[in-house]
Amino acid sequence: MIRWNEFTKGIVKENPVLILMLGLCPLLAVSSTAINGLGMGIAAMFVLVGSNIVVSLLRKFIPDGVRIPVFIIIISTFVTVTDYLMAAYYPSLHKNLGVFVPLIVVNCIILGRAEVFAYRNNIFYSVLDGIGMGLGFTVVITIIGMIRELIGNGSIFGFGNFVSYPALIMILPPGGFITIGFLMGILNWYRQKHR
Amino acid sequence: MEEINLIGIFVSALLINNILLIRFLGLCPFFGVSGRVKSSLGMSMAVFFVMTTASIVSWMLYHWVLLPLQLEFLRTATFILVIASLVQLEEIFMKKFFPNLYKALGVYLPLVTTNCAILAVAFFNIDYNHSLIQTIIYAWGVATGYTIAIVLFASIRERVALAPVPEALKGYPIAFFIASLMSLSFLGFKGLFGL
Repeated sequence: MIRWNEFTKGIVKENPVLILMLGLCPLLAVSSTAINGLGMGIAAMFVLVGSNIVVSLLRKFIPDGVRIPVFIIIISTFVTVTDYLMAAYYPSLHKNLGVFVPLIVVNCIILGRAEVFAYRNNIFYSVLDGIGMGLGFTVVITIIGMIRELIGNGSIFGFGNFVSYPALIMILPPGGFITIGFLMGILNWYRQKHR
Repeated sequence: MEEINLIGIFVSALLINNILLIRFLGLCPFFGVSGRVKSSLGMSMAVFFVMTTASIVSWMLYHWVLLPLQLEFLRTATFILVIASLVQLEEIFMKKFFPNLYKALGVYLPLVTTNCAILAVAFFNIDYNHSLIQTIIYAWGVATGYTIAIVLFASIRERVALAPVPEALKGYPIAFFIASLMSLSFLGFKGLFGL
C-alpha cells in the first residue's frame, strides 16, 4: 500500500506557498514572467528532491545535535550544482534569476522539508514528498508569473500579444505584491464560502 | 571621487534599490514581525548588527581565502555557514557583555539567520566588486533601508488593524496591498542623483 497522499499533499492541502507561507522572496522576485517562474520552480524542485534523498539516506548517521548544519551543507551542495549547471546550459535564464539561484539555500521550504519529513521517513516517501512540495511551489510561481506577464507585457511564456495596452506596473515590484495579495484574498474568500 | 562613489552606494542601497520593496529580499520577517512597531524596530536592529559583521567577514573570507585557493565555487556553502555561526557567536557575546541589548534583541537574532537579505548582501558585495570600505557602506545602506521600510510598514499596519477591511482580505492579503503601494512610492526614487 503506497501512501500517495505524501505526494498530493504538497500540491493542494499543504501547499508550501499559499498555505504555509514559506519561500516568499523568490516567489515575488522572479515571477515577473512565466518562464522565469518555471525555471525557478524547477531549480528549487531539483534541490528539494536531491536534498530529501541524501538526508533520508543519511538519517541514521546524522547526530541529532548537529543536524541543522549538516542539512545546510547538503542543501548548499545541491544549490551549487544547480547554479553551475544552469549557468552552463541556460545562461540567459541564469542571468535573469541572478542572485536568487544561490539564495535557494535559505529557502525555508527546503530546510523545512529536510527537518520535518526526510529526516524521519524512508527514501521512497522522501522522494514523493520532495516532488509533491516542489510541484506545489512550481505551479504557484508559474501561475503568478503567467498573470503578471499577461497583464504587464501582454504575452504568455514570451509568445503572443493578447493585451493591447499592457500595464507595465505588473512586471515591476508593486505588481508582484498586489498579485499575491489578490490570490490569497480569493483563496480566503473561497474557503470562507465553502466552510 | 571615492567619497561621491560611497554616497552613491549608500543612497542606492537605501532608497533606489530598497532591499525589501524593490529587491524582494528578506520578506519572511517583513510580514512576520511587522505587526507592531516595537518588534519591527528590534528586528531591524538585529539585521543592522548581523548584516554589517556578516558582510565584512564574508568579504574577507572570499578575497583572502577562497580566491587565492581558487575555491570560488564553495562560496554558497561558506557564506551560509559563516552567517549561521556568526549569529550564534554574537548571541553568546551579547549575552555576556551587553545583557540589556541581548534582552531587547534576543528573540530576533536566531530569526536573522534565515533572512535571505543577509546572504544576498554578502553575494552582492562580491558580484559588484566592492572594496572593503564599500562593503561596509553598502551593508549600512541596506540595513538602514530595511529599517525605514519595515518601520513605516509596521506603523501603517497598526492603523489598518483598526480599519474595516473586507473579511476575505484581513491579515496577509491587505498587508500585501500595503506593501504594493509602498513599493510603488519607492519606485519614485528611481533616477535620483542620476543613479
